[in-house]
Amino acid sequence: MAELTTIEPAVPAVASRPTASARAMRHPGVIAGGLVILLVVLIGLLAPFLGTIDPTAINPAARNRVPGMEISMRTDTGERIKMVARFGTDSLGRDIYSRVVYGARVSLLIGIAVAVISIVAGLFIGLLAGFFRWLDAVLMRIMDGLMAIPAILLAIAMVSLFRAGVGAVIAAIAVPEIPRVVRLVRSIVLGVREEPYVEAAVTLGTPTATLLWRHVLPNTIAPLIVQGTFTCASAILVEAILSFLGIGVPPEVPTWGNIMAEGRQVFSLYPHNIIYPGIMLAATILAVNVLGDGLRDTLDPKMAKRV
Amino acid sequence: MNMLAYIFRRLLQTIPVMLVVAVFIFLMLRLTPSDPAAIIAGDNATAEQVAQIRSQLGLDQPMLQQFVIWIGKVLHGDFGESFFFKKTVAELIGERIEPTLSLAFFTIVIAVLVAVPLGVLAAHRQGSWVDRLVMGFSVLGFSVPTFVVGYLLIYVFAVWLNWLPVQGYQHISDGIWGWAQRLILPALTLSVIYIALIARMTRASVLEVLSEDYIRTARAKGQIERRVLFRHALRNAAVPIVTVIGLGIALLIGGVVVTESLYTIPGLGRLTVDAVLARDYPTIQAVILLFSFTYVMINLAVDLTYTLLDPRIRY
Repeated sequence: MAELTTIEPAVPAVASRPTASARAMRHPGVIAGGLVILLVVLIGLLAPFLGTIDPTAINPAARNRVPGMEISMRTDTGERIKMVARFGTDSLGRDIYSRVVYGARVSLLIGIAVAVISIVAGLFIGLLAGFFRWLDAVLMRIMDGLMAIPAILLAIAMVSLFRAGVGAVIAAIAVPEIPRVVRLVRSIVLGVREEPYVEAAVTLGTPTATLLWRHVLPNTIAPLIVQGTFTCASAILVEAILSFLGIGVPPEVPTWGNIMAEGRQVFSLYPHNIIYPGIMLAATILAVNVLGDGLRDTLDPKMAKRV
Repeated sequence: MNMLAYIFRRLLQTIPVMLVVAVFIFLMLRLTPSDPAAIIAGDNATAEQVAQIRSQLGLDQPMLQQFVIWIGKVLHGDFGESFFFKKTVAELIGERIEPTLSLAFFTIVIAVLVAVPLGVLAAHRQGSWVDRLVMGFSVLGFSVPTFVVGYLLIYVFAVWLNWLPVQGYQHISDGIWGWAQRLILPALTLSVIYIALIARMTRASVLEVLSEDYIRTARAKGQIERRVLFRHALRNAAVPIVTVIGLGIALLIGGVVVTESLYTIPGLGRLTVDAVLARDYPTIQAVILLFSFTYVMINLAVDLTYTLLDPRIRY
């Protein structure tokens, strides 16, 4: 073990990491994207305090009101108040402003959950495939097969398996993302294995677990942060698509996709059903993508060159 | 001869991939909690009726046997009978394939015609406002969901300007103009994300080539810039661009599902959603298998075109 610590300062990735993350923090894309995401997170967290009412409350007397009209609505505590429907109401008389604000919660939850699940699972499988030759062939054939099914189709097929719910949607979106992470991790492992310091560690008889933890894992962090950001953006998008098609989260749950699905039939008369959630959805995904581009350029320049 | 051997080897390599896809789709849809026999029988069916339907469908046999029977039939083009539409899945797919192929064809043509010149232009003027505009559009194209783009286009061109029909599909046999007219908006909608992808890759690929010596030579000998860009640069940058067009087919297939639902086009994408809503397993299996097979084959074809695009590549 003593010999190992003397080898470690030679690891370039460790030495350069503080500067890379410092550069990332100054990148305009990272700052702008990060600020917008922070705003959306705050909107989601503070949803009850932003002048919203129960996003599932139905008011048959106030259906399809255009933005700015006054409506009478029941609040969370049960009393009736007069309020202005800032974003209008949908065809069931629900307040779209409240639904859009609460929708931020579901979208962010699904985006982050899918990113975390696919990265943890993909990291585990990728490390196995990269380090154990006999497993590699089998695992990678399975991954190739999964990648051959277009991601949205696989997600659509998977949601048909479970009872509709947020958990099922997260699983259905995460599974198609896993092979991409596995491929990324595996290629990093195969690259790192050729490095002299890893060969030295192998020669010294370092246990495989220690080798993975000390030398391989640190090299996967930057690419996985970048990958995770892009996965988060695409998960938010796929959730909206599934909900829009009517096969995602149950329709009463306020998500941006569900609000738009609800507004499909009356779109040409009341476009506000689509416009407001559409803007929020596009702005959020744009922010996450811009953040991802910035992180990729600063943390993972090798990947930046590839794409 | 070498080339034929290569094609043969690559074809063989797709077999394990497709087998994994088949096993996965089969298992996934057989391990479901919901019982297709109960769905077909309806709410008022007795237990015997359900059991009878189960044995009719072969659902009471062991899993492995079901898989072998299923795969054997699939290889003969027999995807079974749709639970929901009450006709064979092969017939269903036959009816639905024309709209989807038409939509995909229009989309690819629009995307390539728009994206490749944009990408070349952005690379040529690297750092200029044109470049920033193209790259900005590319990020935006990845971020705005297909159906939001679709509704914007419907609102502007169909509802507001009233230039084009809102929704629907007309078969090509009922008149080319009506057919094309109804495909313009869907194809534009679907091409946005594809344009974003191809423009980005074209820019990156051309940029890399532009720093090569032979580009400098071409410019030094007084070649006009347009020829330098399109003859010398684009030709040498073609392989990654064609690759991303092939890989983008996955995006396109996902987009087809959304676009067909949005514009009520009776194609395979719409069929997928209907089949999922009805828990129509034979149809779901067949459609996913067909889409995946197409995707794998297109990418194989893309790999094979490398030798045509770049004579330096030999097999």
